[in-house]
Amino acid sequence: MRYYDKLVFELSRPGRSAYSLPAEPAGESGFAPVGPVWRETPLDLPELSEPDVVRHYTNLSQMNFGVDTGFYPLGSCTMKYNPKINEELVSLFNGVHPLQPESSTEGVRAVYDFMDKALAEITGMKHFTFLPCAGAHGELTGLMLIREYHMSRGDTARTKIIVPDSAHGTNPASAAVCGLEVVVVKSRPDGLVDVEDLKPLLGPDIAGIMMTNPNTLGLFERDIKEIASLVHECGGLLYYDGANMNPLLGVVRPGDMGFDVMHLNLHKTFSTPHGGGGPGSGPVGVAERLVPFLHKPKVSGFHGNFGVIVRACAYILSLGRENIKLAGKLSTLAANYIKESLKDSYKLPIESVCKHEFVFDGLAEHGEVTTLDVAKRLLDYGFHAPTIYFPLLFHQALMIEPTETESLQTLDAFIDVMHKIAREAADDPELLKTAPHNTPIGRPDETVAARQPILKYSKQ
Amino acid sequence: MGTFAYFPHTEEDIKVMLERIGVSSMDELYADVPSEFIHRGEYDLPAAKSEDEVRAWFEALASRNVKLTVFAGGGAYDHYTPSVIPYITSRSEFLTAYTPYQCEISQGTLRYIFEWQTLICSLTGLDVANASMYDGPTAAAEAMRMCVACTRKRNTVIASSALLPNVLATLRTYARYSGINLVETWDIAEAVSEGTLDLAGVVVPSINRFGIIENHTGLASLVHEMGGLLVEYCDPSALAVVKTPAEWGADIAVGDGQTLGIPLSYGGPYVGFMACRSEWMRKLPGRIVGQTSDAEGRRSFVLTLQAREQHIRREKATSNICSNESLMALWCTVYLSVMGPEGLRKVNSLSYQGAHYLHDRLLATGKFSDPFEGRPFLKEFALQPLCDVAKLQQALLDKGFFGALGTEEGYVTFCVTERRTREEIDALVKTIEEAEL
Repeated sequence: MRYYDKLVFELSRPGRSAYSLPAEPAGESGFAPVGPVWRETPLDLPELSEPDVVRHYTNLSQMNFGVDTGFYPLGSCTMKYNPKINEELVSLFNGVHPLQPESSTEGVRAVYDFMDKALAEITGMKHFTFLPCAGAHGELTGLMLIREYHMSRGDTARTKIIVPDSAHGTNPASAAVCGLEVVVVKSRPDGLVDVEDLKPLLGPDIAGIMMTNPNTLGLFERDIKEIASLVHECGGLLYYDGANMNPLLGVVRPGDMGFDVMHLNLHKTFSTPHGGGGPGSGPVGVAERLVPFLHKPKVSGFHGNFGVIVRACAYILSLGRENIKLAGKLSTLAANYIKESLKDSYKLPIESVCKHEFVFDGLAEHGEVTTLDVAKRLLDYGFHAPTIYFPLLFHQALMIEPTETESLQTLDAFIDVMHKIAREAADDPELLKTAPHNTPIGRPDETVAARQPILKYSKQ
Repeated sequence: MGTFAYFPHTEEDIKVMLERIGVSSMDELYADVPSEFIHRGEYDLPAAKSEDEVRAWFEALASRNVKLTVFAGGGAYDHYTPSVIPYITSRSEFLTAYTPYQCEISQGTLRYIFEWQTLICSLTGLDVANASMYDGPTAAAEAMRMCVACTRKRNTVIASSALLPNVLATLRTYARYSGINLVETWDIAEAVSEGTLDLAGVVVPSINRFGIIENHTGLASLVHEMGGLLVEYCDPSALAVVKTPAEWGADIAVGDGQTLGIPLSYGGPYVGFMACRSEWMRKLPGRIVGQTSDAEGRRSFVLTLQAREQHIRREKATSNICSNESLMALWCTVYLSVMGPEGLRKVNSLSYQGAHYLHDRLLATGKFSDPFEGRPFLKEFALQPLCDVAKLQQALLDKGFFGALGTEEGYVTFCVTERRTREEIDALVKTIEEAEL
C-alpha cells in the first residue's frame, strides 16, 4: 500500500471528458432548458479523460486492505473469502427492469424461489422476504413483523422489546426506529443472558426479545430453550440476530431453537463481498405463524439487493449439502485454536469453549498499552485489526473471528504476530502507542475531524 | 477434507488444531449446545456443484428471462454504464474491503466516499451529504424521520401523492411503525397552508411519478413559515439540468443514485443519497467521512461525527443504518468522473429529445391523449390511453418492448433514455399503430 494524495477534483481540466455517447439525438426537438423549473447554478463536476479516471481510482484502491489482500480477524463481521465465480454471474441479469411483468422474469423469480427454500432449510424458518438491504434493515423489518403479529391479535400493549447488554448496537437502534421501547437484560458473569434478570421483565407489555446466539462474546446461549419458553409463555416472540449465524451454518437451525423471526447477513454468512460497507442483503425469515405478515412491510424500493442474492445463491450451490455441514464447524475450530494459542498473552475474561469468535479483555500485561494500540500495530504486520471496544462488557475488548476460509498457516502467522506484539508491549510500548508505522497514513487526528468538520472538497 | 475450494483445511491441519484445543473432535466444540438442537440429518439442498455447473445453472435461468427493450421508468432507468465502472468497482481492494473503521488501511474507500459526498453536494446544491443510504425510497423514509428529529416535538409529515409509488409505500411503512402522522395529498400548498402546529416536514418530488418537472416556487418559504422542513426527492442525473433542491430552498434532498449509470439489475443493488443544509448536519443518519491529517501532516480521511450512529448511541442514534451501499456510491462516483458536466448534460439532452419525439409520435397515433399538456417533462411522461391498456402492454411485450407502464390513476408512462435509438422508437410506435387495441 502506498500513499497517494489526490482527489478526483484536483485532476480536473476544463474541456476534458471520458464519456462516450451517440452524437445524434433520436429526436430533433432541441433542448433549451430555460425557465422556472430548470437549473441555473453552474454544474461543478470533474473533467477527466478515461485514462485519468482509471489511474486515479486504481491509485485509491492501492490504499485499501481487503479480504483478497489479507486476513480479517474481525469479530461479528464474518469476513470470509468472496468466491470469484459469484461475481461473474451478476451481469447476466443487468438488463432486467424491476417492474417487468412476471411472464418475462421467470429466471429471476427462480433465483428467489431457490433462495427462499434453501434459506428456510438452512435456518428452520418457513419463508423469507428479500427486501431488506442490510442486516440492520433486516432487524427493522423483523421487528415490524413482530409488531404486526401482535397488532393482528389486538394485543396492542406490547410496546417493549428486551435486548441483552451484549447486543450489537443495531439491535436497540432498530427497535427505536420501529417504535419499540428497549429494555435491557443483563449478562451473568459467565457472559450468558441472566435468566433470573429476565424473568421479572416479562409481562403483557413485552413484544419479544432480540437474541444473538452465539452471542457477541462468541458463547452459545445454552439456556435458550428455557428463555424461549419463558418469552413465549408471556406472549412475546423471539428475534434471532443472524450476524453470528456462521458457526451454526450446517450445525444448528435457529428455527429449531424456538426463534420466530430472524435475519441473515448474506454479506457475512453467505460469502458475498462487503464492498467497503455495502451493498449487503438482510433477508428476514419467519416461523409459520408469522408468514401472513411477511410481505406486508414494504421496506425498500423494489425487490431488495438482487445482485447480492445471486452471489449468495451461487455460494450455496457451490457449498452443496455436503460442504455446508463443515462450514460452521471449521469456523468454530479456527476460533478456538486462536483462543487457546493466545490466552497466555491476552486476558481471556471467560474461560469456555467458544463458537466462531471470542473476546479478549486486552493484553494480559498491558501497562499503558491499550487495545487500540494492539489493533494499530497489527496493521503494520499486514493484518486487519479485530473488532475493538465491543462488546461493551469489557473495557479493553478485542474480538476475534477467523472464519473457515483461513488456512492453518495464516492462523499461525497471526498468532505469532499477536505474541510478538505482546512482547513489544512490554519491551517498547512507545512502538505500539505510535503505530501504525507501515501504512499509507499514521493515526489521523479524529478530534479535529469532528470539531471542525470538512465534509466535502472545496477549491482553494 | 481438502476437496472444497474455499476450505483450506487438510485432515492433518484439523488434527493439529484439535490437539491444541484439547478436544478430540469438532463436534465436541458444540458440547454446550443442547443436543436436541444439533441438526443431524441431511440438509435438503442440491449436491455441491462445480464452477462450470454453477455457471450453467445460472445461464439456464437467465435465458428464461425475456430480453426486452426498455421504454419504462417508474424509479429505474435504463442509462448507459461506461465500461470503466465495473472494471474499477470489481477491483478486489474495493470489492472485498470492510467498512473503513481502520482508516489507516482504508484511505481508498474513505477518499471515494469523500468524493461522493462532494459530488452529491454539487448536484443538489446543498451543504452536507452522507456516505449513502440503501436506496431512494429508504432515503426518503430516513428524511421523513429526520424532519421529526429536527423539529423536536412535531410529528406530522405531508407527502405529495405524486411521489413515485414505491417511495410513498416505503414512507407509509416507516411512518406506521415510527408513529409518524403521514398525510398524503395532491395539493401540497393547500395542505401546508391549512395549517397545523405539528408540521415537521413536507416531501415532494422534483420530477413526479408522471415525469413532470414540478414547479416549487414559493413552497419552501410556505413550509418554513409553518415550522417544517422541505424534502425534495430527486433524480440525481436530472439535477444536471433541472432546478436543484437548494434552488427550491429545500432543507434535505434524497433520491436514488441508480440513474448515475447503475444497470437495472432487477431493482438492486442501487444506492440512496441524502444531503442537507449544514444546520441539520448532526441529525443526518448514516456514515459521514471527514478530512483531517495525521501526525506528519498528510491529508487523511476518517469516519466522523460518529456520535450520531448506532454503534455509539444505540437506541438514541439518528438511525439504525450500519452497512449502506458503499460500493454503489463508488459506482456513481466513477460515473460522474467519467461523464463530467458535459456528459451528464448530454445524457439529459439526448433523453429529453428522444422522449419528446416519442411523446409526439404516440399522440399522433390517436390512441392517446395528453392529460398534462404543456407541463415540462424530461425523459418520462404519462399519457391517457384511449385504448385497452392490457392489450397495449401485451402488444408491446410480444414485440420485445417493455413500456406503457400503468399508473394507479389510469395513465400509462413511457421513458426514453440516451440508450434508445430512433429505430427503436419508430419500431415501438409502429407496433402500437399496427396493434388492434
